[in-house]
Amino acid sequence: MTDLTELTVAELRDGIRAGDFTAVEAAEAFNANVAAADALNAFIVKTPEIALKAAALVDADRAAGKDLGVMGGVPIGMKDLFATRGVQTTAASHILEGFTPEYESTVSHNLWSAGATMLGKLNLDQFAMGSSNETSYFGNVTSPWRKAGGGNEAMSPGGSSGGSSTAVAARLAPAATGTDTGGSIRQPAAFAGICGIKPTYGRCSRWGVVAFASSLDQAGPMARTVRDCAIMLGAMAGFDPKDSTSLDEPVPDWEAALNADLKGKRVGIAREYRMDGMDAEIEASWEQGKQMLRDAGAEIVDVSLPHTKYALPGYYIIAPAEASSNLARYDGVRYGLRDLPEGAGLQDMYAATRAAGFGDEVKRRVLIGTYVLSAGFYDAYYTQAQKVRALVARDFERAWEHCDLILAPTTPSASFPLGSKDDDPIGMYLNDVFAVPASLAGLPAMSVPVDVNADGLPLGLQIIGKPLDEQAVLDAGLALEQRAGFTARAEKWW
Amino acid sequence: MSVDKAQVAKIASLARIAMGDAELERMVPELNNILGWVEQLGEVDVSEVEPMTAVMPMAQRLRDDVIDADPLTGGGVQGKVLANAPAAEHGFFGVPKVIE
Repeated sequence: MTDLTELTVAELRDGIRAGDFTAVEAAEAFNANVAAADALNAFIVKTPEIALKAAALVDADRAAGKDLGVMGGVPIGMKDLFATRGVQTTAASHILEGFTPEYESTVSHNLWSAGATMLGKLNLDQFAMGSSNETSYFGNVTSPWRKAGGGNEAMSPGGSSGGSSTAVAARLAPAATGTDTGGSIRQPAAFAGICGIKPTYGRCSRWGVVAFASSLDQAGPMARTVRDCAIMLGAMAGFDPKDSTSLDEPVPDWEAALNADLKGKRVGIAREYRMDGMDAEIEASWEQGKQMLRDAGAEIVDVSLPHTKYALPGYYIIAPAEASSNLARYDGVRYGLRDLPEGAGLQDMYAATRAAGFGDEVKRRVLIGTYVLSAGFYDAYYTQAQKVRALVARDFERAWEHCDLILAPTTPSASFPLGSKDDDPIGMYLNDVFAVPASLAGLPAMSVPVDVNADGLPLGLQIIGKPLDEQAVLDAGLALEQRAGFTARAEKWW
Repeated sequence: MSVDKAQVAKIASLARIAMGDAELERMVPELNNILGWVEQLGEVDVSEVEPMTAVMPMAQRLRDDVIDADPLTGGGVQGKVLANAPAAEHGFFGVPKVIE
């Protein structure tokens, strides 16, 4: 029998629907891979029994002739930023260790309604703050990839959705949820050689998603193929009255409409994305991508996004500002950790709880956020950043007068060894230099693997689209995927 | 602009994060590096620009003024609300004494 863990979401769904194998068999196969992969540390909590129980229900529905849903019987990994009823949800923090939600996030609820089942809760950077998966309270995630001939150096799976990228790349799950605030789906997808799409801001409900920066946070799928991303995004998205920023727009059938013919499409190349000292291999993959899209019928045009340089520093004011406000809820009163020193009053309890419960990067960002929002600095930093954000968004609006899509590298480099950027927060932040502008503008953007570098590590390309035009992004992603023929995979060592 | 140790201590206290001397010392250069780097935003002429507050144009939605319209987010779920409380007493959140 075929190894079910080699199948895509589409193949699993179709196979279960056709009766080639059962949902329980699929769950058992992935449960076994999850159980044997502790060396990767991709999961904070494994839920094999939940996967099996839900799969049995799918099999029973099939026997009864019921509709199985667009992801019927497909087991997935759930980033531990989504509240899951009855299953610990920590955002990879100590302060939420042991927190068991009494409610389900809308996105995970939508996925279960579409027939998906849960293998477990995936590790991530603490409160989604990080680009290397080294800030989790539950330890680093190790990428399944290693440098070719470079020894056994542990590599970063990217962040914050590093557990998700690792699980998918290592065949522990056919797909996983991610969340993207400034690149946290696209950058780990690029590092792990998989696909991931951040939809238009508001497509996926943020209700029940542990908040980092509310005006930026957006959930999306991570999977091995563009088609799988289209399927899963369709299952995740939709209007939610419980989220006041949820878009009241119909969800198109992205999978059914997939079309790699880009005739009539204009793809912009932003001159400001060509940075001084750019990695030659990244630049070469970008050139290849242009050629692939031309080959698919697209016309390549030059465009300008003049405020690109200011997007990242603007992001590192806005995101910490919103985080400092969002994370104020962790105070030791209503849920999570409480540290009550002997004889302490209420204020001391707050301060002690937060000191013990937050990791270094979270503290750093909360302090930055508190500072830029404080009286006297608010206008100089926060208002200025919001104005720069408006300019970044306006750059894209002007670019759309000349093109339908923008092609860019996803990351400035391939994956790097864990620990190699420990003492350089800004160097770490630069990982998201190509991802952040689309986040600030709320645009749909996707990473697709196209090549490997000289070390054998994956390189991704990014497609950015107009608001609500996920279809064009997915179509161009498919065109890249078909032409890149990316088949490289991590050799199993775990 | 840059911060010194006393200012970092003040920010930490505003943020309700307890920090010892060593941690404060460590934070000063870290925060100054980041603040120095974001300073470049000052170069941008924003005189004609409104600050962006919502990335997608959206009208404020109001829910109907109905009690318990949604069983999940309405009332009558005291047990669920308190289920994860570090200290729940008599149906309330328990905290250290605030008034002597």
